[in-house]
Amino acid sequence: MRYRNTWEEATIEVVEQVAANVMQFKIRPKNGTQKFTVGAHLDVSVLINDIPEIRSYSLVGSYEPHAPYTIAVKRLPQSRGGSKYMWSLKPGNKIRISQPTNHFELGFGAMDYLLIAGGIGITPIVGMAQQLADRPGKNVRMLYLGQSQAEMPFTETLQEVLGDRLTLHYSDDEGFYDMAQILELANDKTQVYLCGPIGLMNAVRKTWEESPFETTNLRYETFGASGLFAPQKFIVTIPRFKKQIEVQENETLLHALEAVDIDVMYDCKKGECGLCQVDILDYSGDIDHRDFFFSEAKKGENKKMCACVSRVANGNITIDTAFRGKQK
Amino acid sequence: MNATFPMNAWYATAWDVELKHELLARTVCNKKLVLYRKKDGTPVVLEDACWHRLLPLSKGSLRDDTVVCGYHGLEYNSDGRCSYMPSQETINPSACVRSYPAVQKYRFIWVWMGDPALADEAKIPDMHWNDDPEWAGDGKMIEVKCNYRLVVDNLMDLTHETFVHAGSIGDRNVAEAPFDVHYDEHTATVTRWMKGIDPPPFWKSQLNKKIKYDGLVDRWQVIKFQAPSTVNIDVGVAIVDTGAPEGDRSQGVNGYVLNTITPSTDQTCYYFWAFVRNYNLQDQSNTIELREGVSRIFAQDEDVLEAQQAAINANPEREFYNLNIDAGAMWSRRITDKMVAKEQQT
Repeated sequence: MRYRNTWEEATIEVVEQVAANVMQFKIRPKNGTQKFTVGAHLDVSVLINDIPEIRSYSLVGSYEPHAPYTIAVKRLPQSRGGSKYMWSLKPGNKIRISQPTNHFELGFGAMDYLLIAGGIGITPIVGMAQQLADRPGKNVRMLYLGQSQAEMPFTETLQEVLGDRLTLHYSDDEGFYDMAQILELANDKTQVYLCGPIGLMNAVRKTWEESPFETTNLRYETFGASGLFAPQKFIVTIPRFKKQIEVQENETLLHALEAVDIDVMYDCKKGECGLCQVDILDYSGDIDHRDFFFSEAKKGENKKMCACVSRVANGNITIDTAFRGKQK
Repeated sequence: MNATFPMNAWYATAWDVELKHELLARTVCNKKLVLYRKKDGTPVVLEDACWHRLLPLSKGSLRDDTVVCGYHGLEYNSDGRCSYMPSQETINPSACVRSYPAVQKYRFIWVWMGDPALADEAKIPDMHWNDDPEWAGDGKMIEVKCNYRLVVDNLMDLTHETFVHAGSIGDRNVAEAPFDVHYDEHTATVTRWMKGIDPPPFWKSQLNKKIKYDGLVDRWQVIKFQAPSTVNIDVGVAIVDTGAPEGDRSQGVNGYVLNTITPSTDQTCYYFWAFVRNYNLQDQSNTIELREGVSRIFAQDEDVLEAQQAAINANPEREFYNLNIDAGAMWSRRITDKMVAKEQQT
């Protein structure tokens, strides 16, 4: 269920680095925290080039009365700009946040759980591990992947909570994780909760879809923030409007189109709903499909892309929108 | 009047026989729910609003164990996870409707509306008489247009029998006998013994189904409240001075009035009740006669309770006076208030 955001002022109470490139923020809203369930996130109004934009950050851990909200943000040098803003915040600074909402709710109906986190995707998973670890009758296993221990926050907390039910994988030391192994950690009743970079999510989804297990048992969340390529600038040609624009590395295609008054329908802005799809007429380089709307086969065709999250790497693109009216 | 209710509690939402392999709409604690029974018999309770455009899913249909929305055909499995979206190859990862823990026990379908992490089946109120082979009986559900606490109040003080149910179970003895009230953290108990009395017509006829007897009896009513809204009443009569008050009920007949009341909205509730007995167990006509008899008696309560709620609404500035007879009801309210306050603190 989707809820309308109500915004309020909040104060940054504590800023603490919890891993290389990961900063943790404790945030107290002016009117007190609200109860949330694990998997929930906050929307934060961030300033990007002085323009307010909304970013979603998962809440770390479980709700505790009177405790501030905790989020953790990875600094991505070429991000869409949200992390740069967040990293500029100091204790005492005021920000605007929404109430917690949950699009990644942990179901308590299963007996068997597999939690999979990659990198900063750990944030919603911490609370799930805490909630499931000591519950009688529930089996929980967790796989947490990252480059190295230094890059991965909350490993100590998770080891305390899960003990040998936690598998840590460091790709710098151990190389690529063989995704087929996840099927050995699961059975036909296992619910999987997954959050991480798109490469990991695609690999898990592919493995799961090819397994005999129900696709509905794989739950995942994405805020559309990661791609297979680092964000780069690219040039977009829109013949119908006789326009050529440049999309900056920290800007979305959707934003760049709106900036020149080309209307595109959109809703979720995180690559889930598919409303912002545009037609690809021609391109060079690679289309970096960052959405979860198109199937892998459709992505491979490179005929359409989600303007809200997807990009072009090492090349440029010519597109058309849904507009069929007369040019002014 | 405090109209709140705890969310972290099991509430009865349907009789076992009401829940079939089809969609049933109910509102519990102000939340619209859709209920159904899976093909393997397991009860399912989901939020009754499609993730997409909020149409109640109860207006849709059931295909195997999958709920199909009656508007655009989105499908949900019994966990509430969307499993089909029209005209697209993928499914939005956040597409879910809330699913609520649900359990069938003591012939009722129980739902947990609060934090699912706390839903422990051991917390289902004890109503075991309802499917115990030592007891026979049946009951019904009434949708009453009053706050659920008014029904609890009604059951915790049976002096009303004298006036609301004169001629069946109520007589002067109930209104005049003294009673004891005890409580602990989760329960409140009102015990009333009416010793050496003429049995009221109802109990006289029940006793004669077991023992031919025409004289004085000892009559008891032991009302036990289990927070937040279950009231089981141990009732019966035994031949006078045969030891019933001391625990020997062999020369008598015993029934339980089992009641559990589920807040629907602030001004409506589902009142589930059953009457079970430990005598004449094989007699199905006795079961039906008792069920229909109690049903007529409870219709009298329903009339009083709805008029009382209307009067409360018409007098928003007024609160209740309380009497000695209200001790059981007041302990029940206080125990529930503490549950609610504790939930709101955390």
